[in-house]
Amino acid sequence: MKLELGKIFIRDIRFDDKTHVKDGVLYVNREEVEKLVLADDKLAGCQVDIARPGESVRITPVKDVIEPRVKVSGGEIFPGVIGKVSPSVGGGVTHALEGCCVVTAGKIVAFQEGVIDMSGPAADYCPFSKTYNLCVVVEPADGLETHVYEKAARLAGLKVAAYLGEAGRDVEPDEIQIFETKPIFEQAAMYPDLPKVGYVHMLQSQGLLHDTYYYGVDAKQFIPTYMYPTEIMDGAIVSGNCVAPCDKVTTYHHLHNPVIEDCYKHHGKDINFMGVILTNENVFLADKERHSDMVAKLCSFMGLDGVLITEEGYGNPDTDLMMNCRKVENAGTKVVLITDEFPGKDGKSQSLADTCKEADALASCGQGNATLKFPAMDKVIGTQEFIEMQIGGWDGCKNEDGSFEAELQIIIASTIANGFNKLAARGY
Amino acid sequence: MAQYKIVHYINQFFAGIGGEEKADHMPEVREGAIGPGVGIVAALGSEFEIAATVICGDNYFGENLETATNTIIDMVKEYAPDVFIAGPAFNAGRYGVACGTICKAVEERLQIPVITGMYEENPGVDMFRKDLIIVNTPNSAAGMRKVIPVMTGLIKKMALGEEIMGPSEEGYIERGIRVNYFAEKRGSERALEMLVKKLKGESFETDLPMPTFDRVEPAAPIQDIKKAKIAVVTSGGIVPTGNPDHIESSNATKWGKYDITGMDRLSPDDFTSIHGGYDRQFAIANPNNVVPLDALRELEKAGEFGELVNYFCSTTGTGTATASAAKFGSEIGQMFIDEHVDGVILVST
Repeated sequence: MKLELGKIFIRDIRFDDKTHVKDGVLYVNREEVEKLVLADDKLAGCQVDIARPGESVRITPVKDVIEPRVKVSGGEIFPGVIGKVSPSVGGGVTHALEGCCVVTAGKIVAFQEGVIDMSGPAADYCPFSKTYNLCVVVEPADGLETHVYEKAARLAGLKVAAYLGEAGRDVEPDEIQIFETKPIFEQAAMYPDLPKVGYVHMLQSQGLLHDTYYYGVDAKQFIPTYMYPTEIMDGAIVSGNCVAPCDKVTTYHHLHNPVIEDCYKHHGKDINFMGVILTNENVFLADKERHSDMVAKLCSFMGLDGVLITEEGYGNPDTDLMMNCRKVENAGTKVVLITDEFPGKDGKSQSLADTCKEADALASCGQGNATLKFPAMDKVIGTQEFIEMQIGGWDGCKNEDGSFEAELQIIIASTIANGFNKLAARGY
Repeated sequence: MAQYKIVHYINQFFAGIGGEEKADHMPEVREGAIGPGVGIVAALGSEFEIAATVICGDNYFGENLETATNTIIDMVKEYAPDVFIAGPAFNAGRYGVACGTICKAVEERLQIPVITGMYEENPGVDMFRKDLIIVNTPNSAAGMRKVIPVMTGLIKKMALGEEIMGPSEEGYIERGIRVNYFAEKRGSERALEMLVKKLKGESFETDLPMPTFDRVEPAAPIQDIKKAKIAVVTSGGIVPTGNPDHIESSNATKWGKYDITGMDRLSPDDFTSIHGGYDRQFAIANPNNVVPLDALRELEKAGEFGELVNYFCSTTGTGTATASAAKFGSEIGQMFIDEHVDGVILVST
């Protein structure tokens, strides 16, 4: 399967009468965005705002972040959720508005929605402090049940991203990247002397607001399967969860999965990148056992020499991470894990909730319990009302002027456990 | 005059008083540098002085831990030093434990930066590595020449309040404290490079050596359940409405004890969930889903077990540091032992 990904670099967002892209600027018709969101009667209000890198702006509570993309050919974007499911997803031509994002925010669903600061010390930890963000602040209709609200907010973000992506359909990309993975035997034969490497991608699927969707299917309902890496670039996986903000694999991060990007960079040089094994992080022991068995079976079935494994979340999913590691290594495929750490504010406790002796190679994405002082911002998009309750905050952590102290956990994707950031932890 | 003052702790052997036969030497303080301190202060230069040396026999310290610590703390306090040094103890076990104990006490009680040195197999290392900067030394005093530049470098940084970097740069034994930094490459790239090395059979360095977890042996079964006193403990974050103990929704640093005397069930008007790690909707609507008081009262009435303890203990078990969890467990466990509780139902979420 071969995807041509055309990147249109966006250097600003401005409001205009017509939504279009010109000279690297995304012009947005605000009313059309609001109308699109409010077409869902579960949402009673919608405010659209722009946040730029370097501004004294805080966005919170953030639900999801999405890069606008459009399928120029080969299926539709966000298949099974916004677009139609089709076998050509992951192929053809896709255009991406790189450098801008849709950020959904609004009244809190759970405690697990985070903060994006566009400047100040927290900006160093957040990938979305460096992007131009179209913020869509939604308000649920009266008496809306939590899960229904989460779904409505999730769909609103994806709809807006698909709508903005359309503006890039006929724009000539600034850069074109080609990604290709062939059917398994052909791919293996292509670089016979290089080690065959796969990626075991664990999707958050603990349930009760901790869900991810694969072609619209709730990830806790599937069993481990193979996917072409390019499918994910067309939005085959979307986030629908309220995991701790620092750990959140937003829909943006699915589109820009760093392991897939880096495996393609090394493809044909020092590895032969064979593809993605998709699995989940269900809470039932029987699921954990069955699915880690199947992951190990798929690794040996595909003849993989090595895999990278990533997780989403911490605590309970650490058990899935370790089960996968142990079984895959024992089935003869070498493993490197990527994850973040939670050793307490003083950094002295154990970093993970589970371990195994096979986990001898791990790349750290930093420790999320370290604290940081967040200065007051000139403008807040959304509300700071819930800071003390959001994960990473505590009772009394917020000051009257709007500044607060919190653990890095509160920042969206600050210690994301797929290796997207440069943040790491080491022993002192 | 020197700008920075140091107080140095050594044992009777390094003070030249005697060996094993003098190990019961009581704490004494002498002005100036003695024994290893002479070399240390010479290397530090004229800005530093060892104002006093405290000497104590290893056996005396070990057998009179509290008295010796208190006496020495008072001696150190007199001089108000900028840095406190102990040892180095090399591979001397009792001396290592004494150095660790006194360093920890000086740091905690006097808020003075402290440093010691030990050979990595000294039993003092395991006891104090998390709390102290312990310079990694050879196993005998013959290696003092190697230790001096490492130790004096750290002493200077401590006196000036400069940032102390990682163990390999600075030469101390890793404390096991996880500290963030920005790496040159992102995590996925570093992992991939690690994998390529692992596949080639080349050596590689993991970012996180796997820790060894404590395993708790399960208690023996209850002899007679019909007479047993049963308590409920939950990490599910059920608290009285308003969260009077201000327990955090994640990474809890405390637990609460809540009265249930005379209640047949937990009312959603009086109790709620503050847990940040699960969807609380169903626990808020019915807190008995997490603390099953309703079912337990029925069983109690039916005589299925002896009696229910008239309170439950609660905290939030999400992102909670294992050190906090171990502390809660010890505190709650001791309370149950004191109150002769026979069995505990632990409800996780």
